[in-house]
Amino acid sequence: MSTFKEDSAYDMPHVGLSNETIDGDIATLNLGPTHPATHGIFQNVLQVDGEKILSSERTVGYIHRAFEKLAERRPYNQITPITDRLNYCSSPINNMGWHMTVICNSVIGVDTGALTGFTYVFQEREKIYELYEEICGARLTTNVGRIGGFERDFSPEFHRKLEDFLRTFPKVFNEFNSLLSRNRIFMDRTRGAGPISAERALNYGFVGPNLRAAGVDYDVRVMNPYSSYEDFDFIIPVGTDGDTYDRFMVRQEEIRQSLKIIEQAWKNLPEGSYKADIPEFYLPPKEEVYNNMEALIYHFKIVMGETPIPAGEVYHCVEGGNGELGFYLISDGGRSPYRLQFRRPCFIYYQAYPEMIIGQTISDAVLTMSSMNVIAGELDA
Amino acid sequence: MESKLTNEGVAARIQEQFGTAVVSVEMPYDMLTMEIAADQMHDVIEWIKSDAELQIGFLTLLGGVHYPNDNGREFAMVYHLHSWTNNFRIRLKAFLPAENPTIATLTDIYDGANWMERETYDFFGIRFEGHPNLVRILNEDTMDYFPMRKEYHLEDATREDKDDRYFGR
Repeated sequence: MSTFKEDSAYDMPHVGLSNETIDGDIATLNLGPTHPATHGIFQNVLQVDGEKILSSERTVGYIHRAFEKLAERRPYNQITPITDRLNYCSSPINNMGWHMTVICNSVIGVDTGALTGFTYVFQEREKIYELYEEICGARLTTNVGRIGGFERDFSPEFHRKLEDFLRTFPKVFNEFNSLLSRNRIFMDRTRGAGPISAERALNYGFVGPNLRAAGVDYDVRVMNPYSSYEDFDFIIPVGTDGDTYDRFMVRQEEIRQSLKIIEQAWKNLPEGSYKADIPEFYLPPKEEVYNNMEALIYHFKIVMGETPIPAGEVYHCVEGGNGELGFYLISDGGRSPYRLQFRRPCFIYYQAYPEMIIGQTISDAVLTMSSMNVIAGELDA
Repeated sequence: MESKLTNEGVAARIQEQFGTAVVSVEMPYDMLTMEIAADQMHDVIEWIKSDAELQIGFLTLLGGVHYPNDNGREFAMVYHLHSWTNNFRIRLKAFLPAENPTIATLTDIYDGANWMERETYDFFGIRFEGHPNLVRILNEDTMDYFPMRKEYHLEDATREDKDDRYFGR
């Protein structure tokens, strides 16, 4: 009988694993900080008995960039790029709530070793990134939202590419789906892997697809509709067991629903401007800045952060790729926020990870993590 | 989804239950915001969760705010809670003095509070009584200050080539 600490080749007091042991050999496995299976930088120290996980201790914060502190120094319009870098897989949602990203986000959610399907869908993901590029010039951290609308209007090329995407994607997606969703091997691998009950999930502050996989139909778009979501026709899929298979299926169905929403939005896209008429917040076009006194003044005021912002406090949330993404803002009327706090769903629900994987195998742990869609940027802020 | 509860109704019900523990009631941008005495915060949050009418049982967010110039109320703890059955959001605040910023932990009510409280400790140095593992989470363990406090400037405070007066704060 030996204790874990003595056997350990590492000295990691910050991790603080328990001294408990059971008969037999216990190994310590360092999953991360950089490991292909972690999809980002976070450390997971597992104690394993053979394949079975006995405990899991996590260290997060490797890419902490002090966003909340940064935001206290920046004028409001300079905070948008920060939000891009929270969940870098769905930056436009973080900017303002935009749908294509949900697809993009969900598509990369699974790595079970079924690489064929994976690469297949990556082609489509490439097309989505091309659409992003067409809208704003960037592919990952898009910074597409502005206070008061979009940075620029959709180009005719974008409409052509979107039409192409809406035509081809469902076929590819269905094919991908048929490779996995009723595949015996895939089902055996994912069913029962990393389950969580609805009650425990709520207690841990789960939101979004992970919560819906456990059977709770909470969605900000329905509960507190914003950006005219109440005008769209879509359903909120829910699972029953809260395991990896259910999370996968919920996200799959959400891709379908997202497609439906995109189609509706595209068909019913109203005529008019892509931005609100609020010159005191929205940068005027450059050609006006040099020829029009008023535009020059607004330009100067916005760039220098001289636009008055009312004092007060407000909490607002959107349904992000991982669920309720909230922003709590306290303004004292100054140039930058007095305090800006993000509700980062990843950070909150990743706490449940040990509870979900203890007693399971290492490969289940990897699956659970990727199906939970833990994004390091959002986790660490 | 329309909410069945009203701001006034919930405020009155909490006041009726806890009396003087309710310090003030505001409704900025239509969100019920109540200041609660710090030593009663835990009980209030526990009660609004278990109360059959309110059912405010989801912890959305908790975090700190630093007001260095408010004597005796230098730190604020802000809790956002949400009732999904009634679709009602509430914001609760408690103010703590700088010499001993301590408040009871919520980890016995919500498991999700664990890391959020650790983050708040990490950023502001607010301590949570009864927390099972109150250590830093995002910053390194050896850090000897609390970075979100207002006295720590983002930029090097010894710089003389930039005059902050021209840039707002």
